[in-house]
Amino acid sequence: MTDMTKTGAVNEPVAAADPGTAFLDVRDLKVHFPTEDGLVKSVDGLSFTLEKGKTLGIVGESGSGKSVTSLGIMGLHRVGQYGRQRAQISGEIWLNGKELLSADEDEVRRLRGRDVAMIFQDPLSAMHPYFTIGKQIAEAYRVHHKVDKKAARARAVELLDRVGIPEPHKRVDNYPHEFSGGMRQRAMIAMALVNNPELLIADEPTTALDVTVQAQILDLIRDLQKEFGSAVIMITHDLGVVAEMADDLLVMYGGRCVERGSAEKVFYEPRHPYTWGLLGSMPRIDREQTERLIPVKGSPPSLINIPSGCAFNPRCPYADVPKDNVTRTVRPELVAEEGTRHWSACHMSQEERTRIWTEEIAPKL
Amino acid sequence: MTDTHKAAAAAIPEQASSSPEPLLKVTGLTKHFPITKGVLRRQVGAVKAVDGLDFEVYPGETLGVVGESGCGKSTMGRLLMRLLEPTGGKIEFQGTDVTHLGVAGMRPLRRDVQMIFQDPYGSLNPRHTVGTIVSAPFKLQGVTPEGGLKAEVQRLLSLVGLNPEHYNRYPHEFSGGQRQRIGIARALALKPKLVIADEPVSALDVSIQAQVVNLLDDLQDELGLTYVIIAHDLSVIRHVSDRIAVMYLGKIVELTDRNSLYTSPMHPYTNALMSAVPVPDPRRRGVKTGRILLKGDVPSPIKPPSGCRFHTRCWKATQICTTQEPPLLALKTGHQVACHHPENAPDQAPGDPALPEGVQEAAAAAAAVPDEDA
Repeated sequence: MTDMTKTGAVNEPVAAADPGTAFLDVRDLKVHFPTEDGLVKSVDGLSFTLEKGKTLGIVGESGSGKSVTSLGIMGLHRVGQYGRQRAQISGEIWLNGKELLSADEDEVRRLRGRDVAMIFQDPLSAMHPYFTIGKQIAEAYRVHHKVDKKAARARAVELLDRVGIPEPHKRVDNYPHEFSGGMRQRAMIAMALVNNPELLIADEPTTALDVTVQAQILDLIRDLQKEFGSAVIMITHDLGVVAEMADDLLVMYGGRCVERGSAEKVFYEPRHPYTWGLLGSMPRIDREQTERLIPVKGSPPSLINIPSGCAFNPRCPYADVPKDNVTRTVRPELVAEEGTRHWSACHMSQEERTRIWTEEIAPKL
Repeated sequence: MTDTHKAAAAAIPEQASSSPEPLLKVTGLTKHFPITKGVLRRQVGAVKAVDGLDFEVYPGETLGVVGESGCGKSTMGRLLMRLLEPTGGKIEFQGTDVTHLGVAGMRPLRRDVQMIFQDPYGSLNPRHTVGTIVSAPFKLQGVTPEGGLKAEVQRLLSLVGLNPEHYNRYPHEFSGGQRQRIGIARALALKPKLVIADEPVSALDVSIQAQVVNLLDDLQDELGLTYVIIAHDLSVIRHVSDRIAVMYLGKIVELTDRNSLYTSPMHPYTNALMSAVPVPDPRRRGVKTGRILLKGDVPSPIKPPSGCRFHTRCWKATQICTTQEPPLLALKTGHQVACHHPENAPDQAPGDPALPEGVQEAAAAAAAVPDEDA
């Protein structure tokens, strides 16, 4: 139900006072960056909810706004240290009944790392090369807990052990460069989990890793989620990874959500032409080679000049399908399919899209 | 090490065999990068990046080479291109030994063998226009194409799906996928016979990746190209390749055609590698049977494990695996595998005593240590 506030939140200021019932409730989030060339609308009206213990997968191509969304939730686009406004942010982010965008810096700082933690893509650049792994994990712990160095170090060893680093007592004194890629990613997960966060954001956590190591890390994240009961946002461009991890899926295109629903629905009954395109362009390891891949023509839109109307319109193979009483310059809203929790934003009628998927797209995949 | 294989290859005179003459034939190819120490740069060891490869590439086919980072697949590509000097072994292109040819000796060959690089940003000179970049091969080879240089370059640009009018633009004006197309146009300029592509699509987004994969496919049909495609993505490799070589720590562990590799892999490593790929199908999530989680990391190529290099991580390893290196043998027609205990095939060393508990872990730990120093 909360999701129907997508349009509601824009028009009704009343909704702002309602903390919502979901654990994480993002409403009409907009993150715009003013640049010399114009306003870059990286995220342009994104809404979603996430419950504890669940995993939301956010998929999309580079530049679709996935990472900006995650940094927005972490409060990393806020007014910088020197008071410079870097990004224009609007909307609401409710975490556990608290609104984060209007909260002051100190409050966000208390939450960051304790309630919300993040795993970055590249652990080598996300870690400080000058400090040992142990020091960095201990620091993350001491920021939020009043403990002495010894206890924090013990905690670091405990976490390293938990994420499967062999000989954690010795390894705690290693520097990041002394770890292999997979171990570094494990150490970063240890750092993120040191305060038992309720929300874990993983931004392309396995993209830089080999498949065998990726399988280990995904397994680890899954186990830890079960153990700690955290909510996880999994940001990736790899549909295979989300299919394994996510309960719900959100497909982003040009800074907006074009389709959202359970992983099952989005994979088996996708209702947006962009999602069809993603599924069609993906080579599959689990199937015989089909004739050819079906790529999405053209390239992703510039976020400065997002196409008017549906952002996918210039690349959409069905842009010319006649649509009832719709102007092409109007952006399609996210609409839920009758009686389901499956939303998509397309001007074509629900029936038409169901027909295209079952008759034209699905047999070719 | 692959004595049997070598003997078999030697027994058949090259032209007399029923199969067509290979375009490229590689025997015992090795590349060791020396590690030096001290002022005198004394050699104290070597990174055995590529350690004895034997394979053939036939005209018109696509050979996929797959493996994890550090398995030597890119080094192999560079050796085939002769961008690196092989430490040992032999590379024959169309029956000519090219292993140790100099720059001048290689020049005529460069027309026939071209490379597509992974990074579409790093492999194009930012100060040259697209026209200059794509016409460079003609200038270097002293060839004047029919109809003039500019017309030919524009034809190439339209061949790879770029607007020929963008002749005068610079690389930064193009997106990643378009740049990769420029790299492909340059590689195809001299009508090569063999194209070596090192991770041609891994830097691209999924939808763009599909465009480039299809382009490579079309060009192969149109121009009769032969590809060696190096990639880490098993799904892409399955889609593009006719035959596939799986590499682990500088060696080929399995070499076969696409279907038998994906339907009945014989090497445990291949099996583990394929089971680790996340399948884009949420219904398969519950079915975790068959997923093989390998422990630890790939050992260091400075001091590869004795015997079979995979034995430190292999769940089927027995005594013989720690001491004797398995040769790459054809256990089925066209299916070569280097393993003492292959899957989907008769065991090569039946009844060999199992490894005592803990030995494997110790070996793995010992092998992992030098890696951290590297």
